[in-house]
Amino acid sequence: MDAEEIRRNFPALGRQVYGRQLVYFDNAATAQRPRSVIDEWTRITEQCNANIHRAVHLMSEEATTAYEEAREAVRKFINAGSREEVVFTSGTTASINLVAFSFGEAFVSEGDEVIVTECEHHSDIVPWQMMCQRKGAVLKVLKVDDSGHLMINSLEGLISDRTKIMAVTHISNVLGLVNPVKEIVKKCHGKGVPVLVDGAQGIVHSKVDVQDLDCDFYVFSGHKIYAAPGTGVLYGKKKWLDRMPPYMGGGEMVGTVRFSGTTYAPLPLKFEAGTQNFAGAATLKPALEFADSLMDDAEIVRSIDAVRDYLLDALISDSRIRLYGIPENAVGKIPLFSFSMDGVHHEDLALILDKMGIAVRSGQMCAEPLMDRFGVTGMLRVSLAPYNTMREAEYFMKCLDKAAVMLS
Amino acid sequence: MFDEWLDKYEYLIELGKNLGDYPEDRKTEDRLIKGCQSRVWLDYRMEDGKVVFNADSDAIITKGIISLLIKIYSGRRPEEIVSSDFSVVDRIGLKENLSPTRANGLISMIAKIKEVAAENL
Repeated sequence: MDAEEIRRNFPALGRQVYGRQLVYFDNAATAQRPRSVIDEWTRITEQCNANIHRAVHLMSEEATTAYEEAREAVRKFINAGSREEVVFTSGTTASINLVAFSFGEAFVSEGDEVIVTECEHHSDIVPWQMMCQRKGAVLKVLKVDDSGHLMINSLEGLISDRTKIMAVTHISNVLGLVNPVKEIVKKCHGKGVPVLVDGAQGIVHSKVDVQDLDCDFYVFSGHKIYAAPGTGVLYGKKKWLDRMPPYMGGGEMVGTVRFSGTTYAPLPLKFEAGTQNFAGAATLKPALEFADSLMDDAEIVRSIDAVRDYLLDALISDSRIRLYGIPENAVGKIPLFSFSMDGVHHEDLALILDKMGIAVRSGQMCAEPLMDRFGVTGMLRVSLAPYNTMREAEYFMKCLDKAAVMLS
Repeated sequence: MFDEWLDKYEYLIELGKNLGDYPEDRKTEDRLIKGCQSRVWLDYRMEDGKVVFNADSDAIITKGIISLLIKIYSGRRPEEIVSSDFSVVDRIGLKENLSPTRANGLISMIAKIKEVAAENL
Protein backbone atom coordinates (compact mmCIF):
# COMPACT_ATOMS: atom_id res chain seq x y z
CA MET A 1 0.00 0.00 0.00
CA ASP A 2 1.02 3.60 -0.41
CA ALA A 3 -0.27 6.61 1.47
CA GLU A 4 -2.80 7.44 -1.26
CA GLU A 5 -4.31 3.97 -0.95
CA ILE A 6 -4.54 4.25 2.83
CA ARG A 7 -6.24 7.61 2.52
CA ARG A 8 -9.17 6.06 0.67
CA ASN A 9 -10.07 4.24 3.90
CA PHE A 10 -10.59 7.55 5.71
CA PRO A 11 -13.73 9.48 4.71
CA ALA A 12 -12.71 12.58 6.70
CA LEU A 13 -9.47 12.98 4.75
CA GLY A 14 -11.46 13.60 1.58
CA ARG A 15 -13.22 16.67 2.88
CA GLN A 16 -12.64 20.27 1.95
CA VAL A 17 -12.19 23.14 4.36
CA TYR A 18 -12.69 26.76 3.22
CA GLY A 19 -12.82 25.45 -0.32
CA ARG A 20 -9.47 23.68 -0.07
CA GLN A 21 -8.44 20.08 0.33
CA LEU A 22 -7.96 19.34 4.03
CA VAL A 23 -4.42 18.68 5.26
CA TYR A 24 -4.83 17.06 8.65
CA PHE A 25 -1.72 17.51 10.77
CA ASP A 26 -3.25 17.21 14.25
CA ASN A 27 -3.03 13.46 14.56
CA ALA A 28 -1.38 13.48 17.98
CA ALA A 29 -4.62 14.92 19.34
CA THR A 30 -7.06 12.72 17.40
CA ALA A 31 -6.37 10.40 14.49
CA GLN A 32 -8.98 10.07 11.78
CA ARG A 33 -11.03 6.89 11.67
CA PRO A 34 -10.90 4.33 8.87
CA ARG A 35 -14.00 2.84 7.28
CA SER A 36 -13.61 -0.45 9.20
CA VAL A 37 -13.84 1.40 12.51
CA ILE A 38 -16.82 3.46 11.42
CA ASP A 39 -18.53 0.28 10.18
CA GLU A 40 -17.97 -1.55 13.45
CA TRP A 41 -19.37 1.39 15.41
CA THR A 42 -22.42 1.43 13.13
CA ARG A 43 -22.86 -2.34 13.31
CA ILE A 44 -22.92 -2.34 17.13
CA THR A 45 -25.26 0.64 17.18
CA GLU A 46 -27.66 -0.77 14.59
CA GLN A 47 -27.48 -4.48 15.36
CA CYS A 48 -26.53 -5.10 18.96
CA ASN A 49 -27.14 -2.06 21.11
CA ALA A 50 -27.60 -3.85 24.44
CA ASN A 51 -25.85 -3.94 27.80
CA ILE A 52 -22.87 -6.24 27.86
CA HIS A 53 -22.19 -9.01 30.40
CA ARG A 54 -25.77 -9.00 31.67
CA ALA A 55 -28.76 -10.19 29.78
CA VAL A 56 -29.05 -13.62 28.20
CA HIS A 57 -30.67 -12.31 25.03
CA LEU A 58 -28.90 -12.46 21.69
CA MET A 59 -28.18 -8.76 21.20
CA SER A 60 -26.51 -8.58 24.60
CA GLU A 61 -24.47 -11.66 23.80
CA GLU A 62 -23.33 -10.22 20.48
CA ALA A 63 -22.38 -6.93 22.09
CA THR A 64 -20.48 -8.80 24.80
CA THR A 65 -18.66 -10.84 22.18
CA ALA A 66 -17.60 -7.70 20.28
CA TYR A 67 -16.41 -6.09 23.51
CA GLU A 68 -14.44 -9.13 24.66
CA GLU A 69 -12.99 -9.72 21.19
CA ALA A 70 -11.71 -6.15 21.32
CA ARG A 71 -10.10 -6.91 24.67
CA GLU A 72 -8.37 -9.90 23.11
CA ALA A 73 -7.25 -7.71 20.19
CA VAL A 74 -5.71 -5.27 22.67
CA ARG A 75 -4.06 -8.08 24.61
CA LYS A 76 -2.52 -9.42 21.44
CA PHE A 77 -1.49 -5.98 20.15
CA ILE A 78 0.50 -5.12 23.29
CA ASN A 79 1.40 -8.75 24.08
CA ALA A 80 -0.14 -8.70 27.56
CA GLY A 81 0.05 -11.98 29.46
CA SER A 82 -3.70 -12.38 29.97
CA ARG A 83 -7.04 -10.68 29.39
CA GLU A 84 -7.27 -10.02 33.10
CA GLU A 85 -4.53 -7.46 32.68
CA VAL A 86 -6.43 -5.44 30.07
CA VAL A 87 -8.93 -2.99 31.58
CA PHE A 88 -11.09 -0.79 29.37
CA THR A 89 -11.38 2.86 30.37
CA SER A 90 -12.53 6.06 28.70
CA GLY A 91 -8.98 7.04 27.73
CA THR A 92 -5.43 7.65 28.88
CA THR A 93 -6.52 10.27 31.41
CA ALA A 94 -9.04 7.91 32.99
CA SER A 95 -6.47 5.10 33.08
CA ILE A 96 -3.92 7.24 34.90
CA ASN A 97 -6.50 8.58 37.33
CA LEU A 98 -7.52 5.01 38.07
CA VAL A 99 -3.97 3.94 38.86
CA ALA A 100 -3.14 7.10 40.79
CA PHE A 101 -6.21 6.57 42.96
CA SER A 102 -6.24 2.82 43.44
CA PHE A 103 -2.49 2.30 43.63
CA GLY A 104 -2.30 5.28 45.98
CA GLU A 105 -4.98 3.83 48.25
CA ALA A 106 -3.15 0.51 48.44
CA PHE A 107 0.49 1.48 48.58
CA VAL A 108 1.16 5.17 49.28
CA SER A 109 1.34 6.77 52.71
CA GLU A 110 2.48 10.05 54.22
CA GLY A 111 6.06 10.93 53.35
CA ASP A 112 6.24 8.55 50.38
CA GLU A 113 7.42 9.76 47.00
CA VAL A 114 6.22 9.63 43.40
CA ILE A 115 8.40 10.46 40.39
CA VAL A 116 7.12 12.01 37.15
CA THR A 117 9.07 13.74 34.39
CA GLU A 118 9.19 17.29 33.09
CA CYS A 119 7.84 16.25 29.69
CA GLU A 120 4.58 14.74 30.92
CA HIS A 121 1.16 15.72 29.64
CA HIS A 122 -1.05 17.30 32.34
CA SER A 123 -2.91 14.00 32.48
CA ASP A 124 0.24 12.33 33.79
CA ILE A 125 0.94 15.08 36.32
CA VAL A 126 -2.32 16.22 37.89
CA PRO A 127 -3.65 12.77 38.97
CA TRP A 128 -0.34 12.15 40.79
CA GLN A 129 -0.45 15.60 42.39
CA MET A 130 -3.97 14.89 43.59
CA MET A 131 -2.87 11.54 44.99
CA CYS A 132 0.14 13.11 46.71
CA GLN A 133 -2.09 15.75 48.28
CA ARG A 134 -4.50 13.11 49.49
CA LYS A 135 -1.76 10.92 50.92
CA GLY A 136 0.70 13.57 52.08
CA ALA A 137 3.25 12.23 49.61
CA VAL A 138 5.88 14.18 47.66
CA LEU A 139 6.08 14.57 43.87
CA LYS A 140 9.57 14.55 42.36
CA VAL A 141 10.43 15.51 38.81
CA LEU A 142 12.97 14.07 36.38
CA LYS A 143 14.10 16.95 34.14
CA VAL A 144 14.79 17.17 30.42
CA ASP A 145 17.88 18.75 28.85
CA ASP A 146 17.87 21.53 26.23
CA SER A 147 17.39 19.07 23.39
CA GLY A 148 14.33 17.62 25.16
CA HIS A 149 15.90 14.33 26.26
CA LEU A 150 15.23 13.03 29.75
CA MET A 151 18.24 13.43 32.03
CA ILE A 152 18.38 9.73 32.69
CA ASN A 153 21.60 9.95 34.65
CA SER A 154 19.89 11.84 37.44
CA LEU A 155 17.13 9.23 37.80
CA GLU A 156 18.94 7.06 40.30
CA GLY A 157 19.53 10.09 42.52
CA LEU A 158 15.78 10.79 42.54
CA ILE A 159 14.82 7.32 43.68
CA SER A 160 14.79 6.82 47.45
CA ASP A 161 13.52 4.10 49.71
CA ARG A 162 10.29 6.12 49.95
CA THR A 163 9.67 6.08 46.18
CA LYS A 164 6.46 4.16 45.52
CA ILE A 165 5.93 4.58 41.77
CA MET A 166 7.28 6.38 38.72
CA ALA A 167 5.23 7.64 35.78
CA VAL A 168 6.85 8.44 32.46
CA THR A 169 5.59 9.09 28.97
CA HIS A 170 6.73 6.73 26.24
CA ILE A 171 6.77 9.63 23.75
CA SER A 172 6.06 13.22 24.78
CA ASN A 173 3.13 14.81 22.92
CA VAL A 174 5.23 17.97 22.59
CA LEU A 175 8.77 16.75 21.93
CA GLY A 176 8.03 13.62 19.93
CA LEU A 177 11.17 11.94 21.24
CA VAL A 178 11.06 8.26 22.09
CA ASN A 179 11.98 8.00 25.75
CA PRO A 180 14.15 5.05 26.88
CA VAL A 181 11.33 3.53 28.89
CA LYS A 182 12.82 0.05 28.97
CA GLU A 183 15.97 1.42 30.58
CA ILE A 184 13.89 3.47 33.01
CA VAL A 185 11.86 0.42 33.99
CA LYS A 186 15.06 -1.53 34.56
CA LYS A 187 16.55 1.19 36.74
CA CYS A 188 13.36 1.59 38.75
CA HIS A 189 12.86 -2.14 39.18
CA GLY A 190 16.44 -2.35 40.41
CA LYS A 191 15.25 -0.29 43.36
CA GLY A 192 11.89 -2.00 43.68
CA VAL A 193 9.89 0.85 42.11
CA PRO A 194 7.04 0.03 39.69
CA VAL A 195 6.61 2.12 36.55
CA LEU A 196 3.56 3.43 34.70
CA VAL A 197 4.17 4.25 31.05
CA ASP A 198 1.89 6.81 29.41
CA GLY A 199 1.55 5.35 25.94
CA ALA A 200 -0.91 7.89 24.48
CA GLN A 201 1.58 8.70 21.70
CA GLY A 202 3.84 5.67 22.06
CA ILE A 203 1.22 3.10 21.12
CA VAL A 204 0.64 4.75 17.74
CA HIS A 205 4.10 4.80 16.26
CA SER A 206 5.68 1.41 16.80
CA LYS A 207 4.84 -1.97 18.22
CA VAL A 208 4.67 -2.09 21.97
CA ASP A 209 5.38 -5.28 23.87
CA VAL A 210 4.50 -4.73 27.51
CA GLN A 211 6.21 -7.94 28.61
CA ASP A 212 9.41 -6.94 26.87
CA LEU A 213 9.23 -3.42 28.37
CA ASP A 214 8.43 -5.10 31.69
CA CYS A 215 6.49 -1.97 32.72
CA ASP A 216 3.93 -2.37 35.49
CA PHE A 217 1.25 -0.26 33.79
CA TYR A 218 0.86 0.88 30.19
CA VAL A 219 -2.00 3.21 29.31
CA PHE A 220 -3.36 4.63 26.06
CA SER A 221 -6.40 6.11 24.34
CA GLY A 222 -8.36 4.68 21.44
CA HIS A 223 -8.96 7.92 19.54
CA LYS A 224 -5.28 8.49 18.82
CA ILE A 225 -4.96 5.06 17.20
CA TYR A 226 -7.96 5.21 14.84
CA ALA A 227 -10.61 3.96 17.31
CA ALA A 228 -13.66 5.77 18.68
CA PRO A 229 -13.20 8.61 21.18
CA GLY A 230 -14.02 7.84 24.79
CA THR A 231 -12.16 4.55 24.64
CA GLY A 232 -8.94 3.67 26.38
CA VAL A 233 -6.86 0.94 27.90
CA LEU A 234 -5.16 0.29 31.17
CA TYR A 235 -2.71 -2.55 31.03
CA GLY A 236 -1.57 -3.51 34.51
CA LYS A 237 0.38 -6.44 35.82
CA LYS A 238 -1.96 -8.79 37.61
CA LYS A 239 0.13 -8.69 40.78
CA TRP A 240 -0.69 -4.96 41.14
CA LEU A 241 -4.27 -4.97 39.88
CA ASP A 242 -5.13 -7.77 42.30
CA ARG A 243 -3.95 -5.73 45.25
CA MET A 244 -5.49 -2.41 44.20
CA PRO A 245 -9.02 -1.52 45.41
CA PRO A 246 -11.67 -0.62 42.83
CA TYR A 247 -11.72 2.98 41.57
CA MET A 248 -15.48 3.28 41.15
CA GLY A 249 -18.27 1.14 42.53
CA GLY A 250 -21.41 -0.12 40.84
CA GLY A 251 -22.54 -2.05 37.78
CA GLU A 252 -20.67 -5.19 36.83
CA MET A 253 -17.71 -4.65 39.15
CA VAL A 254 -19.31 -6.64 41.96
CA GLY A 255 -19.32 -10.22 43.12
CA THR A 256 -22.13 -10.12 45.67
CA VAL A 257 -23.70 -7.04 47.22
CA ARG A 258 -25.09 -7.08 50.74
CA PHE A 259 -25.62 -4.15 53.07
CA SER A 260 -23.22 -5.95 55.35
CA GLY A 261 -20.54 -5.83 52.68
CA THR A 262 -19.75 -6.30 49.00
CA THR A 263 -17.30 -8.51 47.20
CA TYR A 264 -15.80 -7.52 43.89
CA ALA A 265 -15.78 -9.12 40.47
CA PRO A 266 -12.58 -10.75 39.25
CA LEU A 267 -10.19 -8.86 36.97
CA PRO A 268 -10.63 -7.02 34.72
CA LEU A 269 -14.30 -6.30 35.51
CA LYS A 270 -13.40 -5.13 39.02
CA PHE A 271 -12.23 -1.89 37.39
CA GLU A 272 -15.07 -1.55 34.86
CA ALA A 273 -17.91 -0.04 36.89
CA GLY A 274 -21.14 1.04 35.22
CA THR A 275 -22.30 0.49 31.67
CA GLN A 276 -19.23 0.58 29.52
CA ASN A 277 -18.75 2.35 26.20
CA PHE A 278 -19.11 -1.02 24.48
CA ALA A 279 -19.74 0.37 20.99
CA GLY A 280 -16.60 2.45 21.29
CA ALA A 281 -14.46 -0.28 22.84
CA ALA A 282 -15.47 -2.71 20.08
CA THR A 283 -13.88 -0.38 17.51
CA LEU A 284 -10.48 -1.02 19.10
CA LYS A 285 -10.39 -4.37 17.29
CA PRO A 286 -10.58 -3.05 13.70
CA ALA A 287 -8.52 0.00 14.75
CA LEU A 288 -5.64 -2.05 16.12
CA GLU A 289 -5.80 -4.47 13.20
CA PHE A 290 -5.49 -1.47 10.92
CA ALA A 291 -2.61 0.00 12.93
CA ASP A 292 -0.90 -3.37 12.95
CA SER A 293 -1.15 -3.72 9.17
CA LEU A 294 0.39 -0.26 8.71
CA MET A 295 3.28 -1.05 11.04
CA ASP A 296 3.94 -4.28 9.13
CA ASP A 297 3.91 -2.60 5.72
CA ALA A 298 7.47 -1.73 4.74
CA GLU A 299 6.36 0.65 1.99
CA ILE A 300 4.18 2.64 4.40
CA VAL A 301 6.92 2.77 7.02
CA ARG A 302 9.41 4.03 4.40
CA SER A 303 6.92 6.62 3.18
CA ILE A 304 6.13 8.16 6.58
CA ASP A 305 9.81 8.01 7.60
CA ALA A 306 10.70 9.96 4.45
CA VAL A 307 8.08 12.61 5.26
CA ARG A 308 9.38 12.82 8.83
CA ASP A 309 12.97 13.21 7.64
CA TYR A 310 11.95 15.91 5.17
CA LEU A 311 10.10 17.95 7.82
CA LEU A 312 12.83 17.49 10.43
CA ASP A 313 15.41 18.75 7.98
CA ALA A 314 13.25 21.61 6.66
CA LEU A 315 12.38 22.86 10.15
CA ILE A 316 15.87 22.54 11.59
CA SER A 317 17.47 24.33 8.65
CA ASP A 318 15.06 27.31 8.80
CA SER A 319 16.84 29.93 10.89
CA ARG A 320 13.54 31.56 11.96
CA ILE A 321 12.38 28.34 13.59
CA ARG A 322 13.17 26.97 17.02
CA LEU A 323 12.34 23.28 17.14
CA TYR A 324 11.75 21.59 20.50
CA GLY A 325 12.80 17.98 20.82
CA ILE A 326 15.94 17.58 18.73
CA PRO A 327 16.70 13.89 18.20
CA GLU A 328 20.20 12.44 18.14
CA ASN A 329 19.13 10.64 14.99
CA ALA A 330 15.89 10.68 13.04
CA VAL A 331 14.68 7.29 14.28
CA GLY A 332 14.51 8.69 17.82
CA LYS A 333 11.68 11.00 16.77
CA ILE A 334 8.15 10.39 15.58
CA PRO A 335 6.65 12.61 12.86
CA LEU A 336 5.63 15.21 15.43
CA PHE A 337 7.18 18.66 15.49
CA SER A 338 6.58 21.43 17.99
CA PHE A 339 8.28 24.72 17.30
CA SER A 340 8.15 28.47 17.60
CA MET A 341 9.03 31.07 15.02
CA ASP A 342 10.93 34.28 15.70
CA GLY A 343 8.64 37.28 16.12
CA VAL A 344 5.51 35.36 15.15
CA HIS A 345 2.86 34.10 17.55
CA HIS A 346 1.88 30.42 17.30
CA GLU A 347 -1.80 31.28 17.40
CA ASP A 348 -1.52 33.64 14.43
CA LEU A 349 0.26 30.96 12.43
CA ALA A 350 -2.36 28.35 13.33
CA LEU A 351 -5.24 30.67 12.35
CA ILE A 352 -3.77 31.41 8.94
CA LEU A 353 -2.73 27.80 8.28
CA ASP A 354 -6.29 26.78 9.10
CA LYS A 355 -7.58 29.04 6.35
CA MET A 356 -5.06 27.46 4.00
CA GLY A 357 -6.68 24.11 4.79
CA ILE A 358 -4.04 22.86 7.24
CA ALA A 359 -5.18 21.66 10.67
CA VAL A 360 -2.41 22.09 13.24
CA ARG A 361 -2.31 22.55 16.99
CA SER A 362 -1.17 25.68 18.79
CA GLY A 363 -0.87 26.58 22.43
CA GLN A 364 0.42 24.85 25.53
CA MET A 365 -0.59 21.37 24.42
CA CYS A 366 -1.54 20.36 27.96
CA ALA A 367 2.09 20.55 29.01
CA GLU A 368 2.56 23.86 30.81
CA PRO A 369 5.64 22.77 32.77
CA LEU A 370 7.35 21.99 29.48
CA MET A 371 6.36 25.40 28.05
CA ASP A 372 7.93 27.01 31.14
CA ARG A 373 11.02 24.84 30.70
CA PHE A 374 11.56 26.25 27.22
CA GLY A 375 10.46 29.77 28.17
CA VAL A 376 7.50 30.04 25.80
CA THR A 377 3.77 30.68 26.23
CA GLY A 378 2.95 28.10 23.60
CA MET A 379 4.14 26.35 20.47
CA LEU A 380 2.88 25.31 17.07
CA ARG A 381 2.66 21.56 16.57
CA VAL A 382 2.31 19.47 13.45
CA SER A 383 1.79 15.75 14.00
CA LEU A 384 1.51 13.29 11.16
CA ALA A 385 0.04 9.85 10.58
CA PRO A 386 0.95 7.24 7.97
CA TYR A 387 -1.79 8.62 5.70
CA ASN A 388 0.00 11.95 5.40
CA THR A 389 2.04 12.46 2.25
CA MET A 390 5.19 14.21 1.10
CA ARG A 391 2.99 16.45 -1.06
CA GLU A 392 1.16 17.61 2.07
CA ALA A 393 4.41 18.19 3.95
CA GLU A 394 5.80 20.30 1.10
CA TYR A 395 2.55 22.27 0.88
CA PHE A 396 2.74 22.85 4.64
CA MET A 397 6.27 24.24 4.46
CA LYS A 398 5.24 26.57 1.63
CA CYS A 399 2.19 27.78 3.57
CA LEU A 400 4.19 28.20 6.77
CA ASP A 401 6.58 30.48 4.93
CA LYS A 402 3.71 32.44 3.38
CA ALA A 403 2.01 32.84 6.78
CA ALA A 404 5.26 33.96 8.39
CA VAL A 405 5.78 36.60 5.71
CA MET A 406 2.21 37.84 6.19
CA LEU A 407 2.73 38.13 9.92
CA SER A 408 6.13 39.74 10.10
CA MET B 1 -13.23 31.59 -0.23
CA PHE B 2 -9.68 31.38 1.02
CA ASP B 3 -8.74 34.70 -0.56
CA GLU B 4 -11.61 36.36 1.29
CA TRP B 5 -10.22 35.01 4.52
CA LEU B 6 -6.74 36.08 3.59
CA ASP B 7 -7.96 39.62 2.94
CA LYS B 8 -9.72 39.69 6.30
CA TYR B 9 -6.63 38.52 8.10
CA GLU B 10 -4.40 40.94 6.26
CA TYR B 11 -6.74 43.73 7.35
CA LEU B 12 -6.72 42.50 10.98
CA ILE B 13 -2.92 42.23 10.93
CA GLU B 14 -2.72 45.81 9.66
CA LEU B 15 -5.09 46.97 12.41
CA GLY B 16 -3.07 45.10 14.99
CA LYS B 17 0.18 46.67 13.87
CA ASN B 18 -1.34 50.14 13.94
CA LEU B 19 -2.80 49.90 17.44
CA GLY B 20 -1.21 52.54 19.70
CA ASP B 21 1.47 51.88 22.26
CA TYR B 22 0.48 49.98 25.34
CA PRO B 23 2.70 50.55 28.39
CA GLU B 24 4.45 47.42 29.69
CA ASP B 25 3.57 48.24 33.30
CA ARG B 26 -0.12 48.01 32.46
CA LYS B 27 0.17 44.39 31.35
CA THR B 28 -1.13 43.26 34.69
CA GLU B 29 -3.12 40.24 35.74
CA ASP B 30 -6.32 42.26 36.32
CA ARG B 31 -6.16 43.71 32.79
CA LEU B 32 -5.58 40.29 31.22
CA ILE B 33 -8.60 38.90 29.42
CA LYS B 34 -9.19 35.33 30.47
CA GLY B 35 -10.29 32.75 27.95
CA CYS B 36 -8.00 33.61 25.07
CA GLN B 37 -5.23 31.34 23.81
CA SER B 38 -2.96 34.34 23.38
CA ARG B 39 -2.51 36.99 26.05
CA VAL B 40 -4.75 40.03 25.63
CA TRP B 41 -4.72 43.04 27.92
CA LEU B 42 -7.48 45.64 28.03
CA ASP B 43 -6.94 48.98 29.76
CA TYR B 44 -9.18 52.05 29.88
CA ARG B 45 -9.51 55.57 31.23
CA MET B 46 -12.56 57.79 31.64
CA GLU B 47 -12.64 61.05 29.70
CA ASP B 48 -15.65 63.40 29.95
CA GLY B 49 -17.84 60.49 30.98
CA LYS B 50 -16.67 58.38 28.07
CA VAL B 51 -14.67 55.17 28.17
CA VAL B 52 -11.39 55.29 26.26
CA PHE B 53 -9.93 51.82 25.71
CA ASN B 54 -6.41 50.69 24.97
CA ALA B 55 -5.32 47.12 24.42
CA ASP B 56 -2.47 44.85 23.48
CA SER B 57 -1.86 41.23 22.64
CA ASP B 58 1.15 39.06 21.94
CA ALA B 59 -0.67 37.63 18.90
CA ILE B 60 -1.18 40.00 16.01
CA ILE B 61 -4.52 38.73 14.67
CA THR B 62 -6.00 38.81 18.15
CA LYS B 63 -4.59 42.30 18.50
CA GLY B 64 -6.34 43.22 15.26
CA ILE B 65 -9.63 41.88 16.58
CA ILE B 66 -9.43 43.78 19.86
CA SER B 67 -8.33 46.83 17.90
CA LEU B 68 -11.50 46.54 15.81
CA LEU B 69 -13.61 46.36 18.97
CA ILE B 70 -11.82 49.37 20.38
CA LYS B 71 -12.49 51.32 17.18
CA ILE B 72 -16.17 50.63 17.69
CA TYR B 73 -16.48 51.08 21.44
CA SER B 74 -13.79 53.50 22.54
CA GLY B 75 -15.01 57.04 23.24
CA ARG B 76 -18.55 55.97 24.00
CA ARG B 77 -20.52 56.46 27.19
CA PRO B 78 -20.81 53.38 29.42
CA GLU B 79 -24.59 53.19 28.99
CA GLU B 80 -24.17 53.07 25.19
CA ILE B 81 -21.75 50.16 25.49
CA VAL B 82 -23.86 48.25 27.98
CA SER B 83 -26.98 48.58 25.82
CA SER B 84 -25.19 47.63 22.59
CA ASP B 85 -26.16 44.22 21.23
CA PHE B 86 -22.78 43.84 19.58
CA SER B 87 -24.45 42.74 16.33
CA VAL B 88 -21.89 44.88 14.53
CA VAL B 89 -19.42 42.06 15.17
CA ASP B 90 -21.58 39.75 13.06
CA ARG B 91 -22.00 42.30 10.34
CA ILE B 92 -18.31 42.88 9.83
CA GLY B 93 -17.78 39.18 9.23
CA LEU B 94 -16.21 38.01 12.45
CA LYS B 95 -19.17 35.85 13.30
CA GLU B 96 -17.11 32.70 12.76
CA ASN B 97 -14.98 33.81 15.66
CA LEU B 98 -17.91 34.23 18.00
CA SER B 99 -18.21 30.64 19.07
CA PRO B 100 -17.11 30.43 22.70
CA THR B 101 -14.68 27.66 21.90
CA ARG B 102 -12.66 29.66 19.41
CA ALA B 103 -9.19 30.16 20.73
CA ASN B 104 -9.02 33.88 20.07
CA GLY B 105 -11.69 34.53 22.66
CA LEU B 106 -13.77 37.22 20.97
CA ILE B 107 -16.57 36.47 23.44
CA SER B 108 -14.23 37.07 26.36
CA MET B 109 -13.09 40.37 24.87
CA ILE B 110 -16.67 41.57 24.47
CA ALA B 111 -17.51 40.44 28.00
CA LYS B 112 -14.56 42.40 29.37
CA ILE B 113 -15.56 45.56 27.46
CA LYS B 114 -19.10 45.26 28.84
CA GLU B 115 -17.78 44.61 32.33
CA VAL B 116 -15.66 47.79 32.22
CA ALA B 117 -18.64 49.80 30.98
CA ALA B 118 -20.94 48.38 33.67
CA GLU B 119 -18.45 49.27 36.39
CA ASN B 120 -18.45 52.87 35.21
CA LEU B 121 -22.17 53.45 34.75
